[in-house]
This record gives sequence, structure tokens and C-alpha cells, in this order.
Amino acid sequence: MAAVTSLHAAVDHAARFETRSATREPTWIKWTIVGVSLTFFTLFLLMPLIAVFVEAFRKGWDTYLAALIEPDALSAIQLTLIAAAIAVPLNLSFGVAAAWAITKFEFPGKQVLITLIDLPFSVSPVVAGLIYVLVFGAQGWFGSSLADNDIKIIFAVPGIVLATVFVTFPFVARELIPLMQAQGKEEEEAAVVLGASGWQTFWHVTLPNIKWGLLYGVILCNARAMGEFGAVSVVSGHIRGLTNTMPLHVEILYNEYQFAAAFAVASVLALLALVTLCIKTWIEHQAAKTKEES
Amino acid sequence: MSIQVRNIHKGFGDFVALGDVSLDFPTGELVALLGPSGCGKTTLLRIIAGLEFADSGRVLLDGDDASDTHVRERHVGFVFQHYALFRHMNVFDNVAFGLRMKPRAERPSEKVIRTKVHDLLKLVQLDWLADRFPSQLSGGQRQRIALARALAVEPRVLLLDEPFGALDAKVRKELRRWLRRLHDELHITSIFVTHDQEEALEVADRVVLMDHGKVEQIGTPEEVYRHPATPFVYGFLGAVNPFHGRIDGSTVRIGDDILPHRVNDFSQGDEVVAFARPHELDIVIDPASTAGVSARIARVLSFGVTARVELDGLNGVSGQHFEVEMTRTRVEALGLLEGQPVRLLPSQLRVFAR
Repeated sequence: MAAVTSLHAAVDHAARFETRSATREPTWIKWTIVGVSLTFFTLFLLMPLIAVFVEAFRKGWDTYLAALIEPDALSAIQLTLIAAAIAVPLNLSFGVAAAWAITKFEFPGKQVLITLIDLPFSVSPVVAGLIYVLVFGAQGWFGSSLADNDIKIIFAVPGIVLATVFVTFPFVARELIPLMQAQGKEEEEAAVVLGASGWQTFWHVTLPNIKWGLLYGVILCNARAMGEFGAVSVVSGHIRGLTNTMPLHVEILYNEYQFAAAFAVASVLALLALVTLCIKTWIEHQAAKTKEES
Repeated sequence: MSIQVRNIHKGFGDFVALGDVSLDFPTGELVALLGPSGCGKTTLLRIIAGLEFADSGRVLLDGDDASDTHVRERHVGFVFQHYALFRHMNVFDNVAFGLRMKPRAERPSEKVIRTKVHDLLKLVQLDWLADRFPSQLSGGQRQRIALARALAVEPRVLLLDEPFGALDAKVRKELRRWLRRLHDELHITSIFVTHDQEEALEVADRVVLMDHGKVEQIGTPEEVYRHPATPFVYGFLGAVNPFHGRIDGSTVRIGDDILPHRVNDFSQGDEVVAFARPHELDIVIDPASTAGVSARIARVLSFGVTARVELDGLNGVSGQHFEVEMTRTRVEALGLLEGQPVRLLPSQLRVFAR
């Protein structure tokens, strides 16, 4: 017994020695790496963020507030929220459906679908906007028939919503596919054998298993929906009070040398981003906790 | 309830998973589907459950054609190899799931559900774990909960897919005995899939041996072990020593060596393969003896209750390895030495045509 114990001790000791030596770097390397990353973080992330708020409040609280409650700004905020409120639920249902289809069924064209889901990530947002202009614009494929029926898509709210849906398309599906692939379909099979209907299986088995991944995807999708500039800029037409979203409004104010107002609106966007980040971190924390439990 | 499958055929691309399989599972029996991995046993089980569909053929439950019945309406209990417990529900909710998912008209009250779930948890002897989550249980406990969950909806048949496959050897043995006792209590028609012949022989009333999508033999554990119908069954149910030769009178001739062989339903010159289990071989050290095949002792392993002798074949069987099982006293009496040339003589030989 004594021999066995001492053998174990020796092995333990050796293992600890190995891990230490393998991960031990010279101090100067460690501090160089830490220094480089911190410098970059400060210069390229922290400074601009601080600058936004400093510039926003440069002319005082009153100017800041005035820039936000001005009718054009309010309408831009409203439009941004509307676009997000339509795009996010749409992409939520699409994302869940696509992830479900890809992970639970075998069908021809599955690989094509997986590849196409990523298209909005790889294509430039400006191109995405142009696609809609070419299809629905006055000179586009459906331009004349739309005009005949007095339906406005380009340079109107529907176009902005379409562009937003396009660019935020992959977030939820991308988040869910690997998660659902890892979970397999045994739990769903067990539920069906026990007599659960398709909806019951989804609500009681699938959804609870993917809820954190789903929320995470929705948060990212929402952040992008509110912040999208390129695609929306192409289809918007920049009509003040009508087709301007917050990012577009910021650009217009800036071009008109209303720096304080531009930064004020920008600070609201930045604030939304910060809130999103906080929620995201909280969700990641919760998800990690759930994962640890299982 | 009885289960019958009729002419089931299932292929995946060019691969034939099940080729025209017909089987009867009588009411109240515990039947093992035994075979190597990829033999189609799990596919057959999933087709009976309705989780997979056959290309052709029918599944009869209680005499009624259930081939087009949805898995939900088949009222089968299914136990998965990796438990498939709902990870976000505690043990109680897992077991109660089937009852809670019933249509409103058939759904029992929460009070009835509670009593029933606790009864089931008592049946699987895990009543004290009701509030735990699956992740907090051991593998053996998880599988017993999975079984309780399957039994909650009072299934007409119980299907178990390698139920002990993911457990370690000791727990596996325990659960085997426990499953047998449970079945003796409930008498529910059950089929379980396994690749472990010991498990099948120990637990089942009847064993169905499968290979390459075909049924090789059906019988009680005793029958299939004592009277294997095919070389595959013989080889799959235990260690074997094969001898490839041809019939010569009442012997099997391998080169210059001969093995005596009693039952003679072969004609002169037939190519055959003869099998003997390790305990059916004897070692002869007399150099004058001419019966049996010649071999050289490679290793003597005498640490167990019985000793095992490993031998390398010589002459007609050179290149082959043999295994003999005998008592330790016999090994000592013979005074076997490693490297010693001896002769191997089977006391029993099972001959198949090649």
C-alpha cells in the first residue's frame, strides 16, 4: 500500500511540475503582451467611447437634452426602435426555424442553406442596400408595378425594415445551430415517445434547452439592428423626420456642423450598446451557470 | 402485449441495415436483441418504437398493424442508451412529463400525478432523489429514472436501447439483475438491445442473435449457447478455437493431423470448420500420441479459479493461436512448461460446412 501511495505522489508531483514549466513565460513577455493589448484597448475602444460622451456634454446638459427632444431626433429614435422591433422578432422566428430544420432533419440543400445564412455577414451592407434599390426602386424590377399600386418601399419605412432584417439575418440562427447540434435530438425523441405533441416538445423540451443561446442571439441581433448604417443609408433617402434612423441622423447633424447634437444622439446609441453589453455578459454568466449544473 | 415484425427491410443508401426481418415477441417476455455493432438491432428497435421507418414490411402491436401509427400513439416505453433525461427538469418533473403532456381530458390531476410519480420512484428505489437534477445523478441512477419516466405512461411494451451500454462494469451487473427482477414484477413485454452476450444470456427469456441485418438464431439463452445454429452464433457467444479442415471418415483432417468427430452428417471430403470452446480442449503431453493437432505452449496463466493456457499451432495449424481452459490442479498435474510441444484434443467438436 505504501508503495502505491508513494508512486501516486511522485506522479502528482511530476504532473504539477510539467504544467508549471509549460505555462511559465518570462516576465517581460507577459508584460509586453498585457501592455500591447491594454494600449490598443485604450486607444481604439475606450478613448472613442469617452470622446462621444465628452463631446455630447461639451455645451452642457440643456443643449444635450434639446438635441434629443428635438422632433427630428425623436422621429429618428422612433424609427430605429420600429425597425428593430420588426426585424428582431422576424429573425428570431426565422433563426429558430432554420436552426431546428438544420439540426433535426436531413434534407437536400441543407449545406446551401447553412452557407446562405452567412451571406449577410460576408456581403458589404452597402451592397445589401443596393440589392433592395435594384429590386424595389423606381428603376428596379418591380419599380413600375409598385408605383402603379402606390406602394413605397425604397426611401420609406418598409425599405429600412427590409435592409435591417437582411443585415441581422444570421445572428440568431448562427448562435443556435452549434448549440442544437451539440444537444442532439434524443431529448425530443424521448418527449415524443412519451406522447408530447410537436408544440409541447418545443415549449417544454427544446426551448428551455436553448433559451440562453437564443437570448444571446437576440441581443446581438438587436444591437446590430439599431446600429446599422450602410444598408439603411442606401435605401433610406435621408428624409428628415420620416426615413432617418439614429445612425443616419447622427451623420446629418455632423455634416451640418452641429457637433454637440450629433454626439448627443450618438451617446444614446453608445448607451444602448453598453446596456446591450451588460445584458449580454449577464446572459453569458447565466448560461455558464446552467451549463455547469448540467 | 405481443409484438410482431413482418418482412422489415431498411437500407441507408447502399447499406442494408435490415434485410427482410420477421420476428415474434410473445406477451410478457423479456427478449434480447444481441449482435455486434452495425448489425441492425438498434434500427429494428427504433422501427418498432416508430422513431424510424422501414422501407417495407409491417410492425404489428397486439395483432394490429401499427406501421402507420405515429410514435406518439403507439404507447411504447423507450429507454435510451444515454438516458435522454430532460436536463432542465428535476427528477420528479422528468417522471411526470408523460402524464402532464396528455390531452386535458385524459390528464390526471396534479395530486394523482404526484402519487403516481412517487410510486414509480419507489419502484426504482430512488424516491429520495425527486428534487435532484439529472446532472447530479450517477449514470446508474439516471438510467433508473429514465426507466421510471418510460413506465409512467403505462406503456404497452418497453423498448430498451443498450440501456447499460454507457455504465461501468460493476453498475452494469447490478442493474442487469435489477432489470430482471423488475420485469418479473411487472411482466411487461420488453425488448432490449445489447452487444454484450453475457448481459443477454443472463437477463433475457429469449435471445435473438443478429448479424448484418439478418436474424441468425432465436432461442432461450440455454438453447443458443448449447446449440449455436451458425458459426457466427458460436463465435459470438464465447471464446472459440476454430479448426479448418476436411471430413475424412469419422474425423476432421487438418494436414496430417486428425480430430475425432462423432456426429457425421457430412460426406467424405467436405470442407468444414470445427469449433471447440476453451474448456472443451484437452492438452496431451504423451509424445507417442497421434490424435489431435500439435501445438506449442506459449503462456500459462494460472491466477484465476481456472487456468488458461495459450498455445501456438504447429504443422497443419501453424500460425493459429489456441486457448485452453482447465483447472489449476490439472495444469499442475501435467507440469506444463512454456515452449513445450504438446497435442490438443477436443472433447467436443461442433462442425459447420465451410
